[in-house]
Amino acid sequence: MPIIEVENLTKIFGKNVKQAMKLLNEGASKDEILKETGCTVGVNKASFSVKPGEIFVIMGLSGSGKSTLVRLLNRLIEPTSGKILIEGEDLSQMDKNALRQARREKMSMVFQQFGLFPHRTVLENAAYGLEVQNIAKEEREEKAKRALELVGLGNYLHQKPGQLSGGMQQRVGLARALTNDPKVLLMDEAFSALDPLIRKDMQDELLDLQSTMQKTIIFITHDLDEALRLGDRIALMKDGQIVQIGTPEDILVNPANEYVERFVEDIDRSKVLTAQHIMKRPESVNIDTSGPRVALERMREAGISLIFAVDNARNFKGYISAEDASDALKKGITNLKEIVKNDVRRVDKDTTLNDIFSIVHDSPVPVVVVENNRLRGVIVRGAVIGALAGESEVSMENE
Amino acid sequence: MNKLLSFIPEIPIADATDKVVDKITEIFAFIFDPISTHFGNFMEFFAEDFLMSIPPFIMILLVAILAFFVSGRKFGLAIFSIIGLWLIYNQDQWENLMYTVTLVLIASILSIVIGIPFGILISKSNLANIIIKPILDFMQTMPAFVYLIPAVAFFGIGMVPGVFASLIFAIPPTVRFTNLGIRQVPRELVEAADAFGSTGAQKLFKVELPMAKPTIMAGVNQTVMLALSMVVTASMIGAPGLGRDVLSALQRADVGTGFVAGIGIVILAIIIDRLTQGANRKKD
Ligand SMILES: Nc1ncnc2c1ncn2[C@@H]1O[C@H](COP(=O)(O)OP(=O)(O)OP(=O)(O)O)[C@@H](O)[C@H]1O
Ligand SMILES: [Mg+2]
Repeated sequence: MPIIEVENLTKIFGKNVKQAMKLLNEGASKDEILKETGCTVGVNKASFSVKPGEIFVIMGLSGSGKSTLVRLLNRLIEPTSGKILIEGEDLSQMDKNALRQARREKMSMVFQQFGLFPHRTVLENAAYGLEVQNIAKEEREEKAKRALELVGLGNYLHQKPGQLSGGMQQRVGLARALTNDPKVLLMDEAFSALDPLIRKDMQDELLDLQSTMQKTIIFITHDLDEALRLGDRIALMKDGQIVQIGTPEDILVNPANEYVERFVEDIDRSKVLTAQHIMKRPESVNIDTSGPRVALERMREAGISLIFAVDNARNFKGYISAEDASDALKKGITNLKEIVKNDVRRVDKDTTLNDIFSIVHDSPVPVVVVENNRLRGVIVRGAVIGALAGESEVSMENE
Repeated sequence: MNKLLSFIPEIPIADATDKVVDKITEIFAFIFDPISTHFGNFMEFFAEDFLMSIPPFIMILLVAILAFFVSGRKFGLAIFSIIGLWLIYNQDQWENLMYTVTLVLIASILSIVIGIPFGILISKSNLANIIIKPILDFMQTMPAFVYLIPAVAFFGIGMVPGVFASLIFAIPPTVRFTNLGIRQVPRELVEAADAFGSTGAQKLFKVELPMAKPTIMAGVNQTVMLALSMVVTASMIGAPGLGRDVLSALQRADVGTGFVAGIGIVILAIIIDRLTQGANRKKD
């Protein structure tokens, strides 16, 4: 069951909401509605659902409605229409008390400019969510301390936020959100105010935390790189509408429309595409059952001069060249194990194109993609160069 | 042309005001009378039996110590306080000073106690803001001694009407700055308070007021200075203090006495101003 379900969620800013809503239902565009009624369409009939434990990224250009959408999810902004179901309960119908309870227990928010209280210490900031629930000081500070230790700030409990660097401040913001132990984290451009290196660290840390804590995270960003690194799925917004939802691969490889395509165009492919996108199906021979004759025959069939070797359990063992195989045949050697060579470079299926490029460059033999000791694919130099050049015929056959 | 202007006969604003004030005096006499007696007694007690019972030497020392710490362990203000207060004592103005301090202190405390809640109200409600803002403008632009007339009607003469007039004159900055301070709290912080499930009161006391404090204190500082500036005016209706000497000197064209009392007011103003500003700065 999805943890968050959003149906036709709409927000119109302005006075003439009724008329704007009518125009919207008639299919008028954001610009037309602004001209006719003076109302701004913040979010236009957004629908999506998020699975527990998922990192759901919402991406779009400035003004596309990302911040509005995420604030609708905890009703910091009141929706004009539509439903917000959190664990099956409709947030949009809740009264003040129920809403406050949901905010306290189900979801926490991390802010772009950190949103820390400058007059409170790091510890008091992190404990704020429990403090407003009137939880005893000792207990809430214990929990806040644990959250702060988790983000590596165990030694800064009694500093004021102003004394910390940007990256550290956002860790406090993250710790404050984690102290409540909510199911859902809402993060509005949480890393956008940080400089690139720190930003990358924070992304890694978030992924680490996620792998141990299994929160559901709604992450807003306007940066495609960040979206691709973090997102299990990505929703792309334009003019308040969600124009595509999909895995990072979907978005990159099958852009739903011109808008998405243009968004994706400027992405540095070398950082995003990984081994699995460009690898080819490898030809292999079982060295436990086959001899040089079989190996040579397979190579002749496929028109290649080298074949990869696996054993009975399909573990990767190396490769056999055509030369060695015919030599062996002449000498009467029947066991392929005697002529297997192992001087081949291996990469992981998640190795980026960037890294593969330099490996392929100084390896005479094609690079293999190995996962759990199994041979998954082979990467030839041409494929790397082709992918870097922006050819989109990347292979997904091993998926 | 003149005919056109006088087409409408004179509107009896003055009469109407008289009547309203009379009516209020009559109706609320049961409140005003005890206030002027008990409150008046209290202030006299505070000035005569409390402040004046403290030996001037000790008082000067206490103020100097306070000044030293409030100004961040610097000697400037402390030394100024010692010399200034001694000069007032030397000029035989000590009792007047104590009356003035009482007047300013009480008017300021009341202004703050009443003004801050109003400031909070208009920061939260745009309707209240629309209604109260022009009233504040009116209160500040009306010449101060106009307030003396209803003050006398309500409370007779003495310190109580003086406090009442000072209160009306001095309260606007506290209200305005409280409103401003709360409205200036960064949006993300208000959102953070809401997003973590604060109640309205929790948000106010844990986030908004602490964030607004420096701004509110700037308003309080102005309020105290305005209250002090009402001292001379209040003496017109019989409030004792430094102002009374200024006034009587004026009536007798006695430049010397007027100057001495005036100097006393200036010294007091400087000390109070630096003390309230310093108290604000220290918290940053
Ligand atoms: N309080 C508001 N009143 C009126 N219009 C608003 C309000 N908040 C947002 N909008 C409008 O709604 C639209 C979406 O704004 P939003 O802040 O959600 O965009 P965003 O995608 O978060 O942009 P950014 O990347 O710049 O943060 C914009 O056209 C904006 O002008
Ligand atoms: Mg935004």
